[in-house]
Formats: sequence, structure tokens, C-alpha cells
Amino acid sequence: MDQHTRKKITYLCIFLMFLFPVVAGGVNYLLYSGSLIFIYVIIAMSLNLLIGYGGQISIGHASFLAIGAYASAIFTLSLGIPFWLALPLAGFFTALVGFVVGLPAVKLSGHFLAVATLGFGVAIPELLLKWDSLTGGFSGLFPDKPSILGYTFDSDVKMYYLLLVVTLIVTWLINNLINSRMGRAFVAIRESEIAATAMGINVPLYKALMFSISAFYTGLAGSLYAHFIGFISPHDFNLSISFLVLAMVVVGGFASIPGSYLGAILLTMIPQLTDEVPGLSLVLTGVALVLVILFLPDGLISIRSRWKRKKTMKPADHQTNEKSLDTASISKQAVGSEK
Amino acid sequence: MLTQQIVSGLAAGSLYALAALGLVLIYKTSDLVNFAQGEMAMISTFVGFTLIHSWGMGYWLSFLLALVFAAVFGIIVERVFMRPVQKAPVLSQIILTLGLYMAFRGIAGMIWGYEPASFPEAIKGEPISLGSMLVTPNQILIFTLTIALMFLFFYLFRYTMVGLAMRAAAQNLGTTELMGIRVGSIFSLTWAISAVLGGIAGLLIAPTTFLDPNMMGEVAIKAFAAAVLGGFSSLPGAVIGGLSIGLFENLVAGYVSAELKTAFVFFLIILILYVKPTGLLGIKQVKKV
Repeated sequence: MDQHTRKKITYLCIFLMFLFPVVAGGVNYLLYSGSLIFIYVIIAMSLNLLIGYGGQISIGHASFLAIGAYASAIFTLSLGIPFWLALPLAGFFTALVGFVVGLPAVKLSGHFLAVATLGFGVAIPELLLKWDSLTGGFSGLFPDKPSILGYTFDSDVKMYYLLLVVTLIVTWLINNLINSRMGRAFVAIRESEIAATAMGINVPLYKALMFSISAFYTGLAGSLYAHFIGFISPHDFNLSISFLVLAMVVVGGFASIPGSYLGAILLTMIPQLTDEVPGLSLVLTGVALVLVILFLPDGLISIRSRWKRKKTMKPADHQTNEKSLDTASISKQAVGSEK
Repeated sequence: MLTQQIVSGLAAGSLYALAALGLVLIYKTSDLVNFAQGEMAMISTFVGFTLIHSWGMGYWLSFLLALVFAAVFGIIVERVFMRPVQKAPVLSQIILTLGLYMAFRGIAGMIWGYEPASFPEAIKGEPISLGSMLVTPNQILIFTLTIALMFLFFYLFRYTMVGLAMRAAAQNLGTTELMGIRVGSIFSLTWAISAVLGGIAGLLIAPTTFLDPNMMGEVAIKAFAAAVLGGFSSLPGAVIGGLSIGLFENLVAGYVSAELKTAFVFFLIILILYVKPTGLLGIKQVKKV
């Protein structure tokens, strides 16, 4: 796909997203799902920044979401900070935590990093539960609906547009980051830490920054989540949420922003559509993960380009299509077709 | 109080150690961490439960059959899912086993439901008092079983042909195959053993945690912690890691806070990994450029 068509499709999608509440015709359930999808899109993109672009795994990402949500709730409820200020503050606070978490991650990789982030994912909800003087423990907190300069987003439609605008801004920021010097450094670290060091990239600093930036956006999403749902408890951020977010990144596609959108849409809808049978959404999500890893390592977003490549390529080149996700995403990066 | 905490800590730690042994075995032969291990164990435990309650079999027969099921289950998972990603990046392998984790958990929930069920203990019996502490026969069984299995696998790994083949497969797949070793069957065997170890842990812990699809959550997570603490590639390391985590968490539960014990365990792990990224008994792997 050349850049021109890509741009056209992007504008079309944005237009459709703005049009959605009109089509949904005020059906609250659809608007609610749409809004929830935006929150997950932000989380999926920020996790993708870490996993897809940076090559660092985090399987406890819901803890960053929890920190953002609680920070924002406490800022607005206890300290009386207005929402428009609490939102970025929650992001920065989460980023700070992300930097601290990123420090040990500098030394770890692969399985060890996976287990350390797993521990982080388990420990934070436990801490929130225990620290009930601040967090309300089991009974949770009830943040107010967001309001900016006296304008309160008190209906589903208003909420939808607020989340849409924030999501688009975050998408734009992340897209710029990826195509900046820093984004290229992340990819270089993913491909080879040794080569990245040789090129003069400060690998430990950039790894910690990666965690920090990813945590920042996830914290924003957490703040939005808290004020959108209006109720948060430690249980909302347990491991299954961490795994769900990870699944969104994988199923949608590594190192791809449209992939994160696709993954978030699909995997937010699965639990909504199958809530009558307990366990079914877990099975479907798990099976989707397994199938994608086995047959489509670049995620669902790669179906189109794969099919196109098969049509145009010589039979000898077929082999390259079957390569592991790393190699495939390098070539994608190299061509810069992700713009 | 203190001695009692130590006893229950060692009993819990033995179970973490058993599950961690299974993880380490797979890691040593195929460089792969099975995040679905706990859920596989949970399904094997449910099979044992069905045999006891619906089919009316005796405890030990069901125990044995559940372990046979675990072995077959392990082989199937290895053949169908893990073999295609044998050479894939670590990230894909981790995510694949996480996918299996979710799928197994969901399937168990759909088959057996989410009502916690009670599960019989291996040996019943009044606690025996040794000095100031009380020990149940079940705790003694769990502890001895763990130590015995550790020595068994240590021996198997170090001194038998199968163990040699497993170590060779970990070193270099191609060369191992050229030496006439069927790498495929070695991997299947490892997965079978690992699933059985997990199954034993599941069957033995079910009386305390009660049986439901989430029963292995805590245990599996601590088994990872134990394996990491021990260095992930050392069998004695896994056992030492498991026992120390069991001890540490019971001491925290007794003297600091019962709700925060898992959090403390992970702070300990992260601290240790920060100081010594290869774990207590791990060997530093040097990456070739």
C-alpha cells in the first residue's frame, strides 16, 4: 500500500469513528463498547511500543493501568485537582513508576523479564487491596465523571467523543515517537542490543525510557478508565487484564498501530458477545493467541500484505513469508511501510 | 509460632519446588518456559477429581490415572503446539504458552464450573507433635516426595543416557540429531515428566486451595518465582528456590501481613534479580555476536 492510499484509509477510519454515535443512534450499549475500545486501544498501543517496537516483554501491564487509575482517582477525590490536570499528572506519575520498574528490566531479558513483570502484575493489585486507607480496599473508589473547565462529560455520547479525541491525539503522538530518533533506537535495541550499543545508543537508559513512556500512556488510559467507568477496585486490574492486553497486541499485530486498533476492537468485543457462557471468552482469546502465533506471527493486520505478497512474489520467495515474527517486522520497519 | 511457620512454609515450599522442577526440566532441554504449566496441572487435578467423585475410584488409583493423563496431556501439548515454535523467538514461545494458559483455564471453567470443590488429602491423620511443633503426615509426605523427586531427576539428568541426551538437546539440536538421538522423543519425554510433576503438585495442593479453575494461579506464579530464584537451569536451584519462597512467604504472613505475602515474594525476586540477574545457582549465558 503506498502512502497516499494509507492516508486516505486513515482519514476514512477517523471519519467513521466520528460518525459512529450517529449510526449507533444513541444505543448506549454500543457507545459504551466503543468508548471502552478506545481505552483499550491506548493501552494496546503503549504495550505495543514496548513489545512490538522495543522487543521487551511485559506481562503485568494492567498494573500500570491500575496505578494511573488510582492516581487519577486520588488526585481528583482527595486532593481536589481538576480532571484536565489529573489526567496528565496520572500519566506522569505512572511514567515515574514505569521508570523504576524499567531499571531492573535493564538487566533482564526474555523469560526473566517475563517473570519479573508477572510479579509486578501480581503485586500491585495486592498492594492496592491492602492499602485501604488510601484506595478503599475491596470497596474501591468512585471517581467523578470527567469535566473540563466546567463542562462535564456526563452522557455516553460526550464520553465517546472525549475518549475518541484523546485516543487520536495519543495515536498521533505514538506514531511520531516511532518515526523519531528515539523510536529507531527502540527498534535497534530490539534487533540487537550489542549492535545498538555499538552504534552509540545508551541501551540501559533507552530501555528504562521505553518502560517509562509505555507506562505514561497506559497511565493516561487508566485515568480515563477510572473516570469513564466511575468505579475502580483492585480486582479490575488483575493478571487476566494484563494477559488480555497482551493478547490484543499479539492478535492485532506486533509493531503496528492499525494492528493495535484491530486487536483492541476484536478482543473487547469477544467478552461482550460471549458473557452468557462463563469461560468461553477466555477460551476464544487463548485460542486466537495460539493460532496467531502458530500461523500468523505478524498478527491479523498482516493478512492483507501477506495475501498480496503471495500473489506477486515468485514461488522461491515464499519461504520468506513463513519467517518468524522478528524477521518479518524488521523488513517492515526497514521499508518504513508502517507510516 | 516460629517453628510452626517454618513447618508450614516448608510444606508449601515443597509444592512450589515440585512445580518449579517441572519448569526447569523443560527449560533445560528446550530453552522454553511453559507458562501454562499450572493450568495443565489444574486440568490433571480435575481429571483426578472426576475419577474419584463421578467414577467412584479409590484415591491412589485416581492419583495414578490422573498422572497418566498428565503425561499424555504433556506429550500432546508438546507435539501439537510447542514443536512448531521450537526455533521461534523467545517472545513467541512465551506468548504461545500464555495463550494455552487462557484456553485451558477457560475450558476447565466450561467443563467443571467455577464452584470450588473439596478434594481429599493424600494421607489423613492427626498431626504429630515434634517438640513444640505440629506436623501432619501429609506435610511429611509432600516434603519427602519433593526431595526424593529432586534427587531422582538430578540423577537422571547427570548420570543416565536419557539425561545426557536431554542436556545434549539443550546444547545443540542439530549435532544431537546427528549423534543419532531422537530429539523429538526427548522433548516429548521432558514434557510428559514436567506435566506429571505439575500434576503431583496440583493433586497435593488441591485439599488446601480447593478445586476450581483458579486453584493453580498462586502456586504456578510462585513456581516461576522459585525457578527464577534458583537460576532456571538448576534442579537443586529450583528446590532451594521453592523452599525458600515457601519459608519467606509464611514468615511474612506470620509477622508482617498475610495479604501482602505474594507482593513481598516478588519484591524479593526483583531484588535478587537486580543484584544477580542469573538467579542464585544460575550460570551466566554469554551471547555470541
